[in-house]
Amino acid sequence: MRTIAEIRHALATRAISSIELTEQSLSRVTQSQPALNAFITVDRDGAIAAARAADATLAQGDAPALAGIPIAHKDVLMTAAMRTTCGSRMLADFVAPYDAHVVARLRETHTVLVGKTNMDEFAMGSSSETSHFGAVHNPWDAGRVAGGSSGGSAAAVAAGLVPAATGTDTGGSIRQPAALSGICGLKPTYGLCSRYGLVAFASSLDTPGPFARDAHGCALMLNAMAGHDARDSTSLARPITDYAHGLDARATTRPLAGVRIGLPAEYFGDGIDTHVAQAVTDALAELRKLGAETVDIALPAVRYSIPVYYVIAPAEASSNLARFDGVRYGHRAEQYADLVDMYERTRAEGFGAEVKRRILVGTYVLSHGYYDAYYLKAQRARRLIANDFVRAYAHCDVIAGPTTPTAAFPIGAKADDPVQMYLNDIFTVAANLTGMPAMSIPCGFTPDGLPIGLQLQGNHFDEARLLHVAHRYQQVTDWHLRTPT
Amino acid sequence: MSWEIVIGLETHAQLSTASKIFSGASTAFGAAPNTQASAVDIALPGVLPVLNRGAVERAIRFGLAVGGSINRRSVFARKNYFYPDLPKGYQISQYETPIVKGGTITIDTGHGDKVVRLTRAHLEEDAGKSLHEGLPGTARDVSGIDLNRAGTPLLEIVSEPDMRSAPEAVAYARTLHALVTWIGICDGNMQEGSFRCDANVSVRREGEPLGTRCEIKNLNSFRFLAQAIEFEARRQIELIEEGGTVVQETRLYDPSRDETRSMRSKEDAQDYRYFPDPDLPPLVIDDAWVQRVRNELPELPEAMRTRLVTEHGLTGYDAQQLTSSRALADYYEAACAALPATDAAAHKVVANWVLGEFSAALNRSDIAVADAPVPPARLTELLRRIADGTLSGKMAKDVFDELWSTPKTTVDAIVERRGLRQISDTGAIERLVDDAIAANPAIVAEFRSGKERAFNSLVGQVMKASKGKANPAQVSAILKRKL
Repeated sequence: MRTIAEIRHALATRAISSIELTEQSLSRVTQSQPALNAFITVDRDGAIAAARAADATLAQGDAPALAGIPIAHKDVLMTAAMRTTCGSRMLADFVAPYDAHVVARLRETHTVLVGKTNMDEFAMGSSSETSHFGAVHNPWDAGRVAGGSSGGSAAAVAAGLVPAATGTDTGGSIRQPAALSGICGLKPTYGLCSRYGLVAFASSLDTPGPFARDAHGCALMLNAMAGHDARDSTSLARPITDYAHGLDARATTRPLAGVRIGLPAEYFGDGIDTHVAQAVTDALAELRKLGAETVDIALPAVRYSIPVYYVIAPAEASSNLARFDGVRYGHRAEQYADLVDMYERTRAEGFGAEVKRRILVGTYVLSHGYYDAYYLKAQRARRLIANDFVRAYAHCDVIAGPTTPTAAFPIGAKADDPVQMYLNDIFTVAANLTGMPAMSIPCGFTPDGLPIGLQLQGNHFDEARLLHVAHRYQQVTDWHLRTPT
Repeated sequence: MSWEIVIGLETHAQLSTASKIFSGASTAFGAAPNTQASAVDIALPGVLPVLNRGAVERAIRFGLAVGGSINRRSVFARKNYFYPDLPKGYQISQYETPIVKGGTITIDTGHGDKVVRLTRAHLEEDAGKSLHEGLPGTARDVSGIDLNRAGTPLLEIVSEPDMRSAPEAVAYARTLHALVTWIGICDGNMQEGSFRCDANVSVRREGEPLGTRCEIKNLNSFRFLAQAIEFEARRQIELIEEGGTVVQETRLYDPSRDETRSMRSKEDAQDYRYFPDPDLPPLVIDDAWVQRVRNELPELPEAMRTRLVTEHGLTGYDAQQLTSSRALADYYEAACAALPATDAAAHKVVANWVLGEFSAALNRSDIAVADAPVPPARLTELLRRIADGTLSGKMAKDVFDELWSTPKTTVDAIVERRGLRQISDTGAIERLVDDAIAANPAIVAEFRSGKERAFNSLVGQVMKASKGKANPAQVSAILKRKL
């Protein structure tokens, strides 16, 4: 039993109860914790109570699609009565009085919240190594990273601890760990899922989204998470879409006929691991067999994505993280001489090195005399990148390529080289800069047995099409069903 | 060569919305500390601002009232700095693109009108309050933070440096104060900080370019505004005359010493690292919204002043006084509405009463127009009794005083009870006049020998004999005839 569809069937036929599922999940989490460190907080009592309630709902029939299914939230999403740490000493004991919008939505559908997953501190990182609670390990190779920043959620789903989890994606933080952990991860269109209760890293880029083993599971999760929220001014009021609708339709021989897949030269150049390149090429051949047409496209401005991202994201972060000042909540230094000393010690103690680096960079690029040269120029380049994609979608429906240049790297390999670490996001950050949806699905393994991810990008609000392409691919492949031993 | 003082004002008007600019918490003044601070106001992690449309609407109303242009697209920015009463570590304000651009305020300088240009008006949130002393239950040297005020909507109104004296600056501030309360966007309560000014002051010898300015912060009364400007201008002039130069800085006015003190110089001015707030999309205002606000706009003080002069026949001075506040103007208009006659003389009488007896009584009782015990219809009742000869002006003032102290009574009831009805019966007055002539032969002789003043004395005798109730005009006419 691996996919949400299989679990739903078992729940509906009473082959298993939510309590049993939840107990299984809790014990796997406990067993895996020393090896994977995927969780920061586990809520056994809460999970059991939620499972009991879900079983009661299931017994009445007509339960919501995800009723009774154990899930985990990235520890950057606020959960009432359960601490939310953001992987930081700053918030190590912080308990919010409210649920994030997506957390509340998933509670309402009777999912069972098992706990909160480990992550890069304040979602800043691509390896889940910067957490105050220690690094997350990859279930396929415990010596390697699970990707980041939502590494705990990705590892938890990959290791079968929970069938689905939430993540947040600011520059690739859902797709990159999904690729490195061999599961599916979807970054929806900016504004589709509310950011209310998501602790802000870079407000114009942060996007909550789901992890699941397959596209169908992601669709069910997105159904629960998407929707307008008046508390987030950037949340969009859109007609409700059933993202799972159509996925269940019987497959024809060429289910992707009419779908044009754009292949940007920029995503198939140097610096890509040969095994990754080969797996992606094979996946594209498979998609063509399903009827899709591939077309060459150009995204000339996309090469500025990384520098643009590493100006805008730190700029917003430097301001967003100013509220952690020790005055009202969170960590406060024990000893201090005066107000300024209290600020300095609190923040020096509360934040880790990567967070400090980004606050420094962000403060610099916004400062007087540098704003135009950095922040303003980055915003202009951001528009150019978006224009590239708008032009490209006149010629294709989906853009495909590798999610990351390489498979999972060893823990510690890039920890001292921030630029190398940042380059891991080279294919993923553009979707955040444009606000367009993108997902990563498993498409093969390296000879060492490390998963490889295929990224599918789409135009604004085209999640259904991405899920459709991914689902049809998964009906004829089994990469997504493989599990680490 | 003489010195010229150049003043520009930045005014923070608290907008009269029930809830805050970015949260649903109440803006009511005086609640227990931190009881009106929501998760958004406290800046808990993960919360987001949602713009209060009521605040936007008030800003539009202001922009239209001053003839400024309403930017169809304006942007909220973050002004970043650390302070314990600034919960997010930044203030949300409008920086490069404010909601209102331009506009003017016309002030009465005492020797003619003067037009003061406005640079802009923009929306922003207020910070909280730091309390450094007198915290209950704390023995040590502890500071407290009250975030009730955090997120209160403000309209910052920035003038051009068009004022040339402290009285002009005060006239501007008073006119602006009257306007924002007139159009109902601000309660104008200066003690509670709903209306406060920062003054930019510089001096120059006439004809020279603008001098270096100093900004004096947080002046919350018209008197302090005047005193602070006077002091600051004097300080700068003396400094220059002694060979020094003015340094651009922010200064605080200390009313207890009547002086301004340096707070921080330009050199240690903070770099606020403004950038557009990614949590708030640009504020887009469509024509329909502007048109609706325009349609709902009340008649403005300037237009009403003109109307009172041209249609009611009042003097410019009276019109100015009556339109000094919306409440007083409304009172005057309501009193006029109940008036039978609509000629200039009738309006003049109402204006005299509203600006005279009524305003004096308000001042004595120290209450607002809305709380006056004599409603406008009652004043009109009184004026009717003067017009129909029942009461003399003097008697009416007594009746007014009683109406003020005994709110439930009517004019006629007082007239009846006190037997105040004026004697207008010609026969009765003739008898009183005859008696007076008979009783005062010496005065009559004086009058006849050409002493005009003796006539007034005889009128006085008649009035006294009637206990003040005789119609003075009739008395005068009959006496003249008999003599």
